[in-house]
Amino acid sequence: MSFQLPAPVPGARIIGLGSTQPEHVVTNDDLALRVETNDQWIRDRVGIVERRIADKDTSLVDMAVEAGSRAVLDSGLAPTDIDTVLVATCTMTAPIPNAAAQTADRIGIKAPAAFDLNAACAGFCYALATGADLIRAGSAKNVLVIGSEKLSDWIDWDDRSTCIIFADGAGAAVVTGAQTPDEVGVGPVSWGSAGDMAPVIHILEDTTGKLFQEGQSVFRWATTKIAPVALDAIAKAGLTPADIDVLVPHQANLRIVEAVAKRLRKEGARDEMRVADDIVHSGNTSSASIPMALDHMRTAGTVRSGEIALLVGFGAGLSFAGQVVRVP
Amino acid sequence: MADSTEILAGLAEIVEEVAGIDTAEVSADKSFVDDLDIDSLSMVEIAVQAEDKFGVKIPDDQLAELKTVGDAVSYIEKNQ
Repeated sequence: MSFQLPAPVPGARIIGLGSTQPEHVVTNDDLALRVETNDQWIRDRVGIVERRIADKDTSLVDMAVEAGSRAVLDSGLAPTDIDTVLVATCTMTAPIPNAAAQTADRIGIKAPAAFDLNAACAGFCYALATGADLIRAGSAKNVLVIGSEKLSDWIDWDDRSTCIIFADGAGAAVVTGAQTPDEVGVGPVSWGSAGDMAPVIHILEDTTGKLFQEGQSVFRWATTKIAPVALDAIAKAGLTPADIDVLVPHQANLRIVEAVAKRLRKEGARDEMRVADDIVHSGNTSSASIPMALDHMRTAGTVRSGEIALLVGFGAGLSFAGQVVRVP
Repeated sequence: MADSTEILAGLAEIVEEVAGIDTAEVSADKSFVDDLDIDSLSMVEIAVQAEDKFGVKIPDDQLAELKTVGDAVSYIEKNQ
């Protein structure tokens, strides 16, 4: 006796993008009123000019609903066409209920498979890979993948090494099946983890519950280990660095973004390859940063439909994941 | 094995590439932070390149001890 299985699908593609940010802008000068820092120091170290912080009544689910709704609208599908919702997040304030089920319900998606995924700042790329593979295996038809974070709930506003970096927001993508090789728009994932380095980014287990980061160690890891992940993702898709039109790394620190771009150019990426610098006005929004940056670039006209984007996320865990995608 | 003169010259090239400081400015008595105005993240980039170039390991806790260019040259010379 053998089990009946759904017919596999050749591949997956992104057909919609959406994002949202809180209205409240926090400038470097605002932070300098609270901690010993200044605008130039912050720009030099992390490249951030301003960031958005949610008010206390706005939850990460609220932001997930907004970004997710926009992505569904952009895809041309109806909410009822979505059968699976994944929310990548690492900043829920309570372990249950998860964000995905209530987000789906508020968007009007009926009884989908819905779960959260925590791979911190690599979360969106992990969730995109998972969603694409659920489609390929026949477990899902249309997947809404969301990265939503309210880092401000976990920031120590007196720690000048972290409060200048992190911010709030959400980004989302709708993923569906690709029936022919030319249609495939999500490449194979290159992913992994380095659990031996877990302590370098963590939420303190004592009563403070605030985010701690060993900046130098994370910077060294990110500037040396992430470009190889990106190169592996390119190779797995059967492409070369010269094929990449736009690089969208997790917006951790502009200097890390630039280091990854520099390394890719040494390996053959074109000088004209555009590089996401959304961190400058958005800060580091963890799992939200990649879809938000891509959505902002598309809205601004700096990327066009059909272009090849390289996504690579990395962060606490430590964890990392990257893949090439076709811009919807 | 590079001698201290070769290490200083190699290190100066790395500092120039990472921080845009003329190699002539990079002498043994200079402090990375106070004289050359190099920040902690650029120090990491310098360390990573020095590791590749001289075949040494410069962990973050050791890196913090290397205050001057001369400190870095002697550390690399001893550990290469």
